[in-house]
Amino acid sequence: MKAFTYLGRRLGRATLLLICFYFAASGANAQNPDLFKMQDEQDKKDKKETTDITTSIFKTTRIVNGQSIENTGAGILDLKISHRFGMVNTGSYNFFGLDQATMRIGMDYGITNRLEIGLGRSTYDKEYDGFFKYRVLRQSTGKAAMPLSLSIVSTGVLRTLKDQPEPYSIHYSDHASYVNQILLARKFGDYFSLQLAPTMVHYNIVPNTSVPNDLYSMGTGFRLRLSHRVNLTGEYYYQFQRLTGYYNSASVGFDIETGGHVFQLFFTNSTGINERSFITQTDGRWGNGGVHFGFNISRVFTVAKHK
Amino acid sequence: MLSLMSLSACLVLHAQKLYSTKTGQIKFNASSPLEHVVAINNQVDSKMIDKTGQIVFSVLIKSFKFENQLMEDHFNENYLESSKIPKAEFRGYITNVSSIDFSKDGRYPVNVDGTLTLHGVSQKVMTTGVMEIAGGRPTISGTFKVKVKDYGITGLYIGEKIASEAEISVNCKYE
Repeated sequence: MKAFTYLGRRLGRATLLLICFYFAASGANAQNPDLFKMQDEQDKKDKKETTDITTSIFKTTRIVNGQSIENTGAGILDLKISHRFGMVNTGSYNFFGLDQATMRIGMDYGITNRLEIGLGRSTYDKEYDGFFKYRVLRQSTGKAAMPLSLSIVSTGVLRTLKDQPEPYSIHYSDHASYVNQILLARKFGDYFSLQLAPTMVHYNIVPNTSVPNDLYSMGTGFRLRLSHRVNLTGEYYYQFQRLTGYYNSASVGFDIETGGHVFQLFFTNSTGINERSFITQTDGRWGNGGVHFGFNISRVFTVAKHK
Repeated sequence: MLSLMSLSACLVLHAQKLYSTKTGQIKFNASSPLEHVVAINNQVDSKMIDKTGQIVFSVLIKSFKFENQLMEDHFNENYLESSKIPKAEFRGYITNVSSIDFSKDGRYPVNVDGTLTLHGVSQKVMTTGVMEIAGGRPTISGTFKVKVKDYGITGLYIGEKIASEAEISVNCKYE
């Protein structure tokens, strides 16, 4: 009997010790977790909690002639040289348009990643233009999902070509026109992006009273990725009211990436390069070969380094 | 006697410490004589345990900042495909962790052995670095090279404008 109680006491003590060890060990587990398991949990949590902003909806800040949803990054200066040769249907005498040229030279700058400003000068009508583009919404997936990107663009254009003599007096302000656009864009998967651009062009002066000062149009554009460096692009602006003698702008081309540049090669029926001139004053027609071969060269410079 | 042992075991186990940071730095350099290809990520998430030497690093590819924004876009879209594979990770051990006295300031050489998962491809990595302890806070720094092709990263310019071996420099100060 005595031996039994002794054994019982010993057993009780051993159990107590075991329990103590058990808690010590589990305490150690709490103190020393497996980092790999913790990382697995973190990854799962991050997948749910992070918002991934869709990048590279278009390859550069212009689709062909018009603005794309993309902005120049903060602190980046983008020097753009846009060049259109003459019309292909001018024949071999003009070397299918290559004898002539229309140009725009411009500089865009990213103040923030959402706000871009730009200035340019075009040979067509000797026009100066300035614009700002602000990204309101950014397409994203994850926690804060956004189905599309939205930007607003406002462009002012000043014509400095000398006026033709008119029976009425022309004020300096009559040389100005304004373009307001809303850009709506979405990237579908990795290969295709689409953009819609409801547009209003305002002229301070129009040829006659039957023409409204505000002309509305709908711009459309796409990008199709063909390979890592080559993209097919297209752009079309449908005008709800047209100035007489002018057509809708339609362009198709390629974006080619070469390291620090994006090189755009295309055919377009527009001669002018700023928004006002290509949207409302496209004088060529695809139907009879009234198209220009053209290219845009973009070279970016880092002005202010971002953190 | 046994209870004394278990008590001391408790004390030893409690002395283990988890160090972590969310603001570690990883620099990536794949420059060639033709092009300066450098990016810095200052949002590296890393954790380490002093006794076991277990160490993990986790980075978001999109947090790598280049001077040239176009290069950053290409890095994300064409090379690392960060919209599909947003993260890169390293999981491994400091194999000589027992030779480090975390309570004593100084510089200790470290050997790190583990697996780097980049662009969805895992490869064994062995490297050396330095752990500096200052005021009870460890800082790990080290450099190693990765062959870009080993991680299934392809592109026309690799081997020309972009070096085929990228140098990865790590500098993480833990709390």
